[in-house]
Amino acid sequence: MSETATMAKEILSVKDLNAWYGESHILHGITINVRQGEVVTLLGRNGAGKTTTLKSIMGIVKNRKGSVMFEGSELIGRTSNQIARQGIAFCPEERGIFASLNVEENLELPPVVRPGGMTVPDIYKLFPNLDERRKSQGTKLSGGEQQMLAIGRILRTGAPLLLLDEPTEGLAPVIVQQIGRIIRTLKEKGFTILLVEQNFHFASTVADRHYVIEHGEVVHSMNNDEIAANRDKLEHFLGI
Amino acid sequence: MFEIFGLSSTALFGQLLIGLINGAFYAMMSLGVAIIFGMLRIANFVHGAQYMLGAFCAWFLLNLPVLFPGSGLPEIGYWPSLIIAPIVVGVVGIVTEKLFISKVYDLEHAYGVLLTLGLALVIEGLFHVKFGSAGQPYGIPPSLQGGQNLGFMFLPNYRAWVIVASIVICFGTWYSIERTKLGAYLRAATENPVLVQAFGINVPRMLTLTYALGVGLAGLAGVMAAPIYQVSPQMGQSIIIVIFAVVVIGGMGSIFGSIVSGFMLGLIEGLTKVFYPQGSSTVIFVIMAIVLLAKPAGLFGKT
Ligand SMILES: Nc1ncnc2c1ncn2[C@@H]1O[C@H](COP(=O)(O)OP(=O)(O)OP(=O)(O)O)[C@@H](O)[C@H]1O
Ligand SMILES: [Mg+2]
Repeated sequence: MSETATMAKEILSVKDLNAWYGESHILHGITINVRQGEVVTLLGRNGAGKTTTLKSIMGIVKNRKGSVMFEGSELIGRTSNQIARQGIAFCPEERGIFASLNVEENLELPPVVRPGGMTVPDIYKLFPNLDERRKSQGTKLSGGEQQMLAIGRILRTGAPLLLLDEPTEGLAPVIVQQIGRIIRTLKEKGFTILLVEQNFHFASTVADRHYVIEHGEVVHSMNNDEIAANRDKLEHFLGI
Repeated sequence: MFEIFGLSSTALFGQLLIGLINGAFYAMMSLGVAIIFGMLRIANFVHGAQYMLGAFCAWFLLNLPVLFPGSGLPEIGYWPSLIIAPIVVGVVGIVTEKLFISKVYDLEHAYGVLLTLGLALVIEGLFHVKFGSAGQPYGIPPSLQGGQNLGFMFLPNYRAWVIVASIVICFGTWYSIERTKLGAYLRAATENPVLVQAFGINVPRMLTLTYALGVGLAGLAGVMAAPIYQVSPQMGQSIIIVIFAVVVIGGMGSIFGSIVSGFMLGLIEGLTKVFYPQGSSTVIFVIMAIVLLAKPAGLFGKT
């Protein structure tokens, strides 16, 4: 475990999280911790429950039990808008770029929830492509650009914890590398990131720790430096 | 005076003016219906009753001294009513949304239709019991009496005002939805309410306020209609079906579509009255059928 990580305090602590879609019980007691300033990934194959975990933390999946503590306060029982206002920002797997908004409007949509977020010029500096396309319709951007926009727009809010759901999905290797650089930059800037990934090679280039999720449970957790030693196990869990 | 297609210009332009006036009301009303449908996914069949409420509200305000003799209440005229009535109707809308409409968001569309249709029948029924079917007169405000002789026709001032005001209202509403930050929230929440809420916006409250806005527009149209049509419990019934045809033609939920189709269909209806009077009450529905066959999402709807 890296030294900074051991010293930093827990920002997010999920205990025995259960979640349901209608009748189907999807999460069976997820327990994960994220410390201030860490990048932590949730790995797991399709349908393992990674997205559901993020959505349950965020309050988008409402039918949930257990405990989600963020900066010392309980989030279970709160609605997603209240949770966002507490300081958690969510970047969905499908990116959620609004077609009826241009790039600028998409970027400026999420309200500021805490002072100290990045400014719009800062964000454009981080994502120069977006700057050039301010007036374009959000969904006219390429997949990579849409992903940049989806990440960029939550950086303005001042939320210290970012939940990123598979930001590299379906993107060309060069764009994946670019997103890797961005995640490392955000970590340097002090953001805490909970990242869902299927690609553990990518995950190992950005994260401090990893949890492996299977059938709605955490089946394994490791520090990033243990990833090589656990390679066989990981390949088994991820079905590679 | 001159002749066109064997018609006197006064007759032709007179009908066009009536068409344009009707179109102005169609546009303001279907705009509200489109905003509500876009955001709430509710076909607001009580819109006609809410329009009627706006007109009655203006009538009440004007007749306060007569209705409550000895109370010393003043007569509140057209101009203040133009502000007060939409607010009153908007507040009624907030209560309606909280008590009834919000309960059917998660159910099938049909429940929303049945609910709003039922509410319309109840509201209109109550007014019918109290006021009968005879219309209450509402005079043109003194500052807008009279008219202009344009040479080819006579243009009453009040009608000119209605056309100009409705264009301003429609454009203002379109602008605030399509070009402002507040409108961006509305557009985004129309597309993906779950995500907008996860960004920290209180979407349920936005739904309530959107409903109030749409309904307030109906109330405003009702006040403007009072001096032209009579203030009667049925005034909403006759317009609501046409409004839904207009909204379907424009494209369910399309703000721009509802405005353009509103004015356009009013004019077409007026022209039909000149050239084929028997068809004037059905022409809009014929157009609706054709549009639905050729472009099911409506003229300006997104597929
Ligand atoms: N809206 C929903 N209604 C019902 N079941 C759902 C819903 N969304 C997801 N599920 C089910 O919940 C389980 C977990 O889904 P989830 O989306 O969390 O998986 P995931 O780990 O994010 O997978 P992927 O890597 O494919 O994104 C799956 O079995 C899925 O079929
Ligand atoms: Mg997923």
